[in-house]
Amino acid sequence: MGILDKAFLKSLWVFHLATGSCNNCDIEFLDCLTPRHDIERFGMLLVGSIKHADVLLVTGAVNRQCIPRIKRLYEQMPKPRLVVAIGECALSRGVFMHSYNCPLPLDHVIPVDVYIPGCPPRPEAIISGIMQLIEKRKGQPDEAKA
Amino acid sequence: MIYILYLFFFGFLLTAVIGLFGSWIDRKLTARLQYRVGPPLLQPLFDILKLLKKETLVPFGASKATFLAAPMIGLVSVMVVSTVLWVNNVDSQNTFMGDLIVVVYFLLVPSISIIMGGFASGNPLASLGASRELKLILSYELPFILAVLVAVIHADFSLRLGDILATQAKNGVIAVSWSGGLALLITMICMQGKLALVPFDTPEAETEIAHGVLIEYSGPLLAVYRLMKNMLFFALPFFIIIIYLGGLRGHGLHLLYGALEYVGIVALITVIRNTNPRLRIDQVLRFFWGPMTVLAIIAVLLALGNY
Repeated sequence: MGILDKAFLKSLWVFHLATGSCNNCDIEFLDCLTPRHDIERFGMLLVGSIKHADVLLVTGAVNRQCIPRIKRLYEQMPKPRLVVAIGECALSRGVFMHSYNCPLPLDHVIPVDVYIPGCPPRPEAIISGIMQLIEKRKGQPDEAKA
Repeated sequence: MIYILYLFFFGFLLTAVIGLFGSWIDRKLTARLQYRVGPPLLQPLFDILKLLKKETLVPFGASKATFLAAPMIGLVSVMVVSTVLWVNNVDSQNTFMGDLIVVVYFLLVPSISIIMGGFASGNPLASLGASRELKLILSYELPFILAVLVAVIHADFSLRLGDILATQAKNGVIAVSWSGGLALLITMICMQGKLALVPFDTPEAETEIAHGVLIEYSGPLLAVYRLMKNMLFFALPFFIIIIYLGGLRGHGLHLLYGALEYVGIVALITVIRNTNPRLRIDQVLRFFWGPMTVLAIIAVLLALGNY
């Protein structure tokens, strides 16, 4: 893999999207930025604009209001891009499984690269999930990384 | 031929390398001040390399030519500034009349390019950021130019950087005199505004307007903007070192002093930006046109009285 691909894996900028979650996953993700966990060690930064982002972190069950908005955000992300689903709600809708308002889990709306289960997942689990994603991408040939 | 060497080796390559290193010091020190570990040494370089590979998105409704040209204008102007500064620093007699004015003028162009990019992107938040950047320029330019005038007065009203350096080589650095020290303080605070760092980062306030002016930029264009900012992170402290601290000299112990001066200025910038809250734009204007301008006028009067 080329130097530019290596640089991509060493400097993932993260955009955080909460699709109506109960805030627990959001708090656990924000813990990753605190001195105890500090994801800037791995070059990850939290950015405020989707145009700057490499990774889209989604927390919460995807409801009817959010589906078109998630699709728009995903289309606005410059390629190459990654999506990380955090928490039981984003993975499988959790307790909202039979709700009238949550027709689809996240991976039926946009392609998801990493699933991090837990209600909420611990910050260590989030970091370990993203690091596993990096390890996985390191082994792949360039063509598979659209 | 020698000028091309100056432009690409000193103006671009060396400035970029030192600027990237300076921005690493800034991020690492920020992390240490917050009891974090912080990024590795090559992190600013990785950020730029990564952005080169990413897709460029031009927003619908943006004025395309200006949107694409604005980052280049900023980068080229920083290259010109650092070339003039390096030429003066390496060979202080090989300069032209009025290069100080050229440097002050071209140091403004990066901010203008950010304003152009912000307005061209057609995003309401970017427009808001760009109009704030415009007001920020209006605020800090007045005390900045008055403070630069102090160095001019010390060098017998010469507008050549070479003469300012020669005066300092003869009579000692300007910063140790009363007027020089005051002017150095004012320029440091104006530099914080020029780099758009906290407390004067109103144009790109993350929490209010989500990076403001740069919100629509992605991929290589954002890389150019980041490189421009990193190079400015060297060019501005270098300008201060030249006009108040006698320039960088490249042999023996002087090299160590020069490095310490640069790292010290960067550390000061970082500590200021980590221990202050963000000001509103009207507070910025009042701060620069009030106390800062009064202090700058006092510094000019002291310099005229040979203090």
